[in-house]
Amino acid sequence: MSDLAQSREKQERRNRWLLLTPALVILLIAASGPLLITLTYSFLTPGDYGGVEWRFSTEAWFNVIFQRDIFDDTLGFADAHLSILWRSVKLSLMTTIGAVILGFPTAYFIATRPPHSRDIWMLLIMIPFWTNLLIRTFAVMELIRNEGTVNSLLIWSGVIDQPIQILFTETAIMIGMLYVYLPLMVLPLYASMERLDFNLVEAGYDLYATRFAVLRRIILPLVKPGLIAGSILVFVPSLGAYVTPRVMGGGKQLMLGNLIELQFGQGRNWPLGAALSITLLAIVMVALIFYVRSAGREEVGHG
Amino acid sequence: MKTFLTTTALVAVASAALAEGELNIYNWGNYTSPEMIEKFEKEHDVKVTITDYDSNDTALAKIKAGGHGFDIVVPSGTYIPIFVGENLLMELDPSELSNHGNIDPQWMDVKFDPGRKFSVPWQWGTVGVTVNTAVYGGDINDAAIILDPPEELKGKINVVPEMNDVMGMAIHYVGGETCTGDKEVLKKVRDVLVEAKKNWLSMDYGNIEKYAKGDLAAGVNWNGASMRARDQNADIAFGYPKTGYPVWMDNAAILADAKNVDNAKLFVNFIMEPENAAMLSAFAKYANGIAGSEEFMPEEMKSAPEIVVPADLKSAAYIAETCPPEVSKIYTQIWTELQK
Repeated sequence: MSDLAQSREKQERRNRWLLLTPALVILLIAASGPLLITLTYSFLTPGDYGGVEWRFSTEAWFNVIFQRDIFDDTLGFADAHLSILWRSVKLSLMTTIGAVILGFPTAYFIATRPPHSRDIWMLLIMIPFWTNLLIRTFAVMELIRNEGTVNSLLIWSGVIDQPIQILFTETAIMIGMLYVYLPLMVLPLYASMERLDFNLVEAGYDLYATRFAVLRRIILPLVKPGLIAGSILVFVPSLGAYVTPRVMGGGKQLMLGNLIELQFGQGRNWPLGAALSITLLAIVMVALIFYVRSAGREEVGHG
Repeated sequence: MKTFLTTTALVAVASAALAEGELNIYNWGNYTSPEMIEKFEKEHDVKVTITDYDSNDTALAKIKAGGHGFDIVVPSGTYIPIFVGENLLMELDPSELSNHGNIDPQWMDVKFDPGRKFSVPWQWGTVGVTVNTAVYGGDINDAAIILDPPEELKGKINVVPEMNDVMGMAIHYVGGETCTGDKEVLKKVRDVLVEAKKNWLSMDYGNIEKYAKGDLAAGVNWNGASMRARDQNADIAFGYPKTGYPVWMDNAAILADAKNVDNAKLFVNFIMEPENAAMLSAFAKYANGIAGSEEFMPEEMKSAPEIVVPADLKSAAYIAETCPPEVSKIYTQIWTELQK
């Protein structure tokens, strides 16, 4: 009897694996394949005119952080790479914080509307997504350029008499990314808030909690998963952003995505580009591990 | 030799049979005159398909990968030796091309393709400085406008992110040679560029509108793009830095694995016909390197200061070259430092 059960269980397990095989194969080829190629390339020697030569070398990895001075051959930190790395992380963090500041009240506003009108508000949040990223970025550029709408309005109303140079600065990159990725913050936040039991908020007020205490002790803990998910969704694409820094930064403020493109294009150093790509991936992984950890703790807390 | 003859005979037969057919051109975007293509299609009963690319590197990578299905490609002179070195281009036989003799002598024995064995001229132009003369009234034939800008231009300068052209202009500005590996010179170049960058607004492409509307007052630019900006704003002028400015040429070539070889040969020959070359120029607003095409050119291009280089500045031109990899590597490092 137990033998029979055992063999049936065995067969079931085998079937499960068989059914999973197509998905696993696709995952293996589509997800790890390109990654493995990138990883392999990062350990090869750059070809003279792009491409790679099949000779092992760790120079690309060395060059991610260090560089030999081209003039006096002294070893030092790769100042250019590190400052681009720092700018990427800094701007992505600022974009995330900005998205929380703007996205939180927006999501709260939508979640507190009557159910039938929420869909319309959500639709308004989604509509920009129907437009191509590049076009949206150019639209922001049109707003903030020196002769653009914002500066013209400010000059017309007499607030300033010289246009403010916003375009082609780090601020411009941040504004651009904030606009483009804001919906990614609002959506998960709204999903959390929609499930929020507003009776709890009322109960808080009944117990003489201040508005701030209600926000901090009741709303925030309950929407925390949405907040973290939204932050990750904004932070990760910001880190790898290519179009926005290219258009809004005027090619003078590179971010990691642009640096990688430079290595594969005019720089003709594919291994370094590959090593930088994996560095970017590693930073994203750290962010995700942070997410999984904090989400995991959340569950334990509730359990 | 015998096989060669048989092949030619076969090709001759095939070309008669394939008079109606296809041709796939892989070229820079917005660069191929539609009127000229229409004329070619009618004349030879060939269906032409054009695919765009935006950089030499993109074109090189895609063709190297294979399976592209293109017959004709139009790389810059700096990339022709790379294409040839990778065996990507088909060797041309001038005796098969009746218009080969129309190539302007100065474009015949070019360094990147001596004797024009692999490529024929498409368009050529210069990289110089675009200046809004309403903002700056001084001498515009000076790289200092970009590299040591006067007060009134600071913060209104754009530099096209073309590493070789910008590095070249700076190298000549400090007195070096094209593709120099001299560390003393390159150190000066880096210092000049890093210092100058503080006064630049952006390093970007596609600026015709911004020059015309006054967002930009000066910049490193292509002559044709500068001419288009002048069409919209008469204050825009184009200067040729007297310390040295790069001259580039894009060249049509037949790919080694082309499927429609005969049509490709017909096309290569077709664009060397002065009248057709002039059609290309009228569209793209650059000169073409085919002798005798001038008389077919639109009137405003015959005298345009962006196209007709002043006599005293002709000698300052240098032909852009492919720099050796070890030099290129240093340039990239300086360039990354500049863009960081």
